Amino acid sequence: MLSVQDTNTPVTFSPELISKFADVVSRYPEGKQKSALLPILHLVQAEFGWTSVPAMDKVAEYLAIQPIEVYEVASFYTMYFLKPQGKYMLEVCRTGPCEIVGATPIMEHIEKTLGVKEGDVTPDGLFSWRGVECLAACGFGPVLQIGPEYTFYENLTTESVDKLIGDLKGKANN
Amino acid sequence: MARKLLLEHINVPGINTFDVYRSKGGYAAVEKALKTLTPDEVVEEVKKSGLRGRGGAGFPTGMKWSFLAKPEGVARYLVCNADESEPGTFKDRYLMTHIPHLLIEGMIVASFALGAKTSYIYVRGEMMPQIRILEKAIAEAKAKGFLGKNILGTGYDLELYVQPGGGAYICGEETALLESLEGKRGNPRIKPPFPAIAGLYGCPTVVNNVESIAAVVPIINEGGDEYAKLGIGRSTGTKLISAGGNLRKPGVYEIDLGLPVEEFLYSDEYCGGIANGKRLKAVVAGGSSVPILPANLFLKTINNEARLMSYESLADGGFVSGTMMGSGGFIAYDEDQCIVRNTWNFARFYHHESCGQCSPCREGTGWMEKVLHRLEYGHGKMSDMDLLVDVSKKIEGNTICPLGDAAAWPVASAIRHFRDEFEWHVTHPHEATTRNFGIAHYADPLPKLEEAAG
Amino acid sequence: MKVTIDGFPIEVEAGTSILNAARLIGGDIVPPAMCYYSKLEGSGGKCRTCLVQVTKGSEKDPRPMPKLVASCRTTVMDGMEVKNITSPEVIEARKGVVEMLLINHPLDCPVCDQAGECHLQDLGYEHGAAKTRYEFDRRTFEKIDIGDKIQLHMTRCILCYRCVFTADQITDHRIHGILNRGDHSEISTYIQKAVDNDFSGNVIDVCPVGALTDKTFRFKNRVWFTKPVEAHRECENPKCCGKVTLWYKGEDVIRVTARKDEYGEAEEFICNTCRFDKKKTSDWVIEGPRKVSHKSVISSNHYDTLKPLPVVKTNPVLMEANKEQFERETRL
Repeated sequence: MLSVQDTNTPVTFSPELISKFADVVSRYPEGKQKSALLPILHLVQAEFGWTSVPAMDKVAEYLAIQPIEVYEVASFYTMYFLKPQGKYMLEVCRTGPCEIVGATPIMEHIEKTLGVKEGDVTPDGLFSWRGVECLAACGFGPVLQIGPEYTFYENLTTESVDKLIGDLKGKANN
Repeated sequence: MARKLLLEHINVPGINTFDVYRSKGGYAAVEKALKTLTPDEVVEEVKKSGLRGRGGAGFPTGMKWSFLAKPEGVARYLVCNADESEPGTFKDRYLMTHIPHLLIEGMIVASFALGAKTSYIYVRGEMMPQIRILEKAIAEAKAKGFLGKNILGTGYDLELYVQPGGGAYICGEETALLESLEGKRGNPRIKPPFPAIAGLYGCPTVVNNVESIAAVVPIINEGGDEYAKLGIGRSTGTKLISAGGNLRKPGVYEIDLGLPVEEFLYSDEYCGGIANGKRLKAVVAGGSSVPILPANLFLKTINNEARLMSYESLADGGFVSGTMMGSGGFIAYDEDQCIVRNTWNFARFYHHESCGQCSPCREGTGWMEKVLHRLEYGHGKMSDMDLLVDVSKKIEGNTICPLGDAAAWPVASAIRHFRDEFEWHVTHPHEATTRNFGIAHYADPLPKLEEAAG
Repeated sequence: MKVTIDGFPIEVEAGTSILNAARLIGGDIVPPAMCYYSKLEGSGGKCRTCLVQVTKGSEKDPRPMPKLVASCRTTVMDGMEVKNITSPEVIEARKGVVEMLLINHPLDCPVCDQAGECHLQDLGYEHGAAKTRYEFDRRTFEKIDIGDKIQLHMTRCILCYRCVFTADQITDHRIHGILNRGDHSEISTYIQKAVDNDFSGNVIDVCPVGALTDKTFRFKNRVWFTKPVEAHRECENPKCCGKVTLWYKGEDVIRVTARKDEYGEAEEFICNTCRFDKKKTSDWVIEGPRKVSHKSVISSNHYDTLKPLPVVKTNPVLMEANKEQFERETRL
């Protein structure tokens, strides 16, 4: 179960996480460590489920940049969650090519099945869902993805979505 | 069956591993370039090939490379644009998933040609699985001595890294991509200076699409002249087309440029026609930002000639009756699709993806979306179509980067060609929410030239 | 280098932008600039109000540029020919940009402290349409205080980024920035943090609209009822020039700002002590009344001075020559 953190709760980065940060930073020239910001925010989100203010502040400290530079970036890109989400965030592509092969009915089905509106979290903390823009899988629509590894599910039908949600529930309860 | 240059071995089991890729002739281009050619000779081959940027703009790759500034003692960078996000386009994902070493091989050759010692592949963050695939492929290539220090004993050093994006269509614009790679918001830079002079970290930089980089491999293997023999006119070589929408066989196809669109659309070798036996209503030929065309104008040019899959033929007729090759994102719409809804959908996309830096795009994309939303949901007015065309004109050409144009063209072209369908949404607001306008006259044969003139 | 703008030639140094070349010529041919600020490196290019047409690239390469260019970020080439107010395309594009800047603007000038010295107000007056074609709800934000002296009213912001550049370049570190993207973008500190820095008050001066205002001046007076006076003091802060404009209401100093040039740019930046804490005449050495352009609402104060003399109305030649005044009179 995802441990939802309060905005003010301080976070600690494990030595393993810090060593992953260091590996990312080593890819860029001396003094250009800010380049590591996007990959590091992905690592933080994979670890904590979202990018909280204390986590972003610690990232800023690690990269020796101002906290606002992290907030600016995290709020610009759509992949970083600025509030806690369900353990499984179902992101359904809703752009043109997926839409014409039935993205809207899939989203309506997910909303009905999970019983929560777009962006909300199910009471058990397991699921959230949202429509996202083109995921570059237009030939295999409708598609959805689930972070943090962004596993892809293609050619969705209401049945395959039901099975997917069932499987994820089973996985979480084991 | 046409020759495949990029996807020839795509179905070979294990082609995503170094050993199988190598056994199929992989990395021969690296050996040839590094051992027998100078960097300038590689650039020359690419120039001779006539290869044009496969990301959308179609600018000659060799020429782009030759513009790269080479000041003494300053690092140069090659950055691969794998931020594939143009609706309708999924060829780069396909290539990176199934044949990642082709991209790595192309990156090594291209980096060598440009004198880059560190190169980056900027992959959109949503493609985390492809990022893992590429990282694994890079590790394999490095273990075999194709990356790192003193590659193949030639003295050439290259480090190659994969950089994930964070979810932003705009980062497909090359200067926004560089900003993002520097850890900033993806705001496109104001040009000049162009990346060839001041790109990544202020150093001379070339940014190329995945497919352009991959195409360098067959160009070096077979020679630029041989590559240029494929295709038609200034559209040389092969092109990956991402075929999606209401097709019987959607997928990624490698075609010789110059293939008749009718053959691409209906032959079993390619798309196999429209799904469920329906009729074709409209086509977006090169990704969501290029002008949409009704079926009749897509299959034939205004002069009643068969249209070909080439940069020139698709653009035949200009914005009045033509479209563009773009990134090769081919979307087919069957007779049951609503053009108003699709236009609204695309407008919402561009509104969502506008970076917000310059005023016409930031404000105009939202405005267009709102007007289109009201048309789609039966609250539109007859004057809305002219308003949309005017707003699109106010955006087009007046923005920092091409996203403004990309947002304006689909709206302007949809109204140009499907105005009666938009008007029907205004005159039949209730009906429009329950049924579609249908195919109407959009697939009717074009009038013969004489008749049109008379 | 020689560049010709709307038919006026001028010699400028290499590296000069078209906008700055136009400013050297001066007058009506100077493109308006909402985001460019000559003292802030990297500013400009965003608002698109200064778009011009380059009809001849240079002596060496005379081809025209295919699109309109942002004059603030395009450097001149020798022999370049530029059209600003003589190009119908430019006028049309600028009208479009002004419309875009205004569709989400609250148009609350009657209650805005910036009114009278607002660049957007001037721009709307010069280039805007009388009616809006935008029929949707306008974007709104809550007002927030960033520190006890500065109020941020994001609803009025046109996202020129000047305050961001100011914080980066004039203050020692930046706490506010641009959050979100597209038309959801906003200037913010993300978490409620006070912008607290010796030079933070300069963001008020660089703001072209009423998005960042001086809380110590809030609702004190309309600018056109105040009397601007140039003054200076020996400021303890070594980075502060101490040269300011004091804005009087009767005997009281109700506002202190940096001295601004004819394009509304601060000549030199001032510290927060000078701006917020020195509001007694005795704090300052008075230099004299500030010269105010005859075009400014501050100098007019009573609008009837704009009216052409009665004799003009009877002479067709004089009427033609004073066309602008007549139009202005009708608009008022």
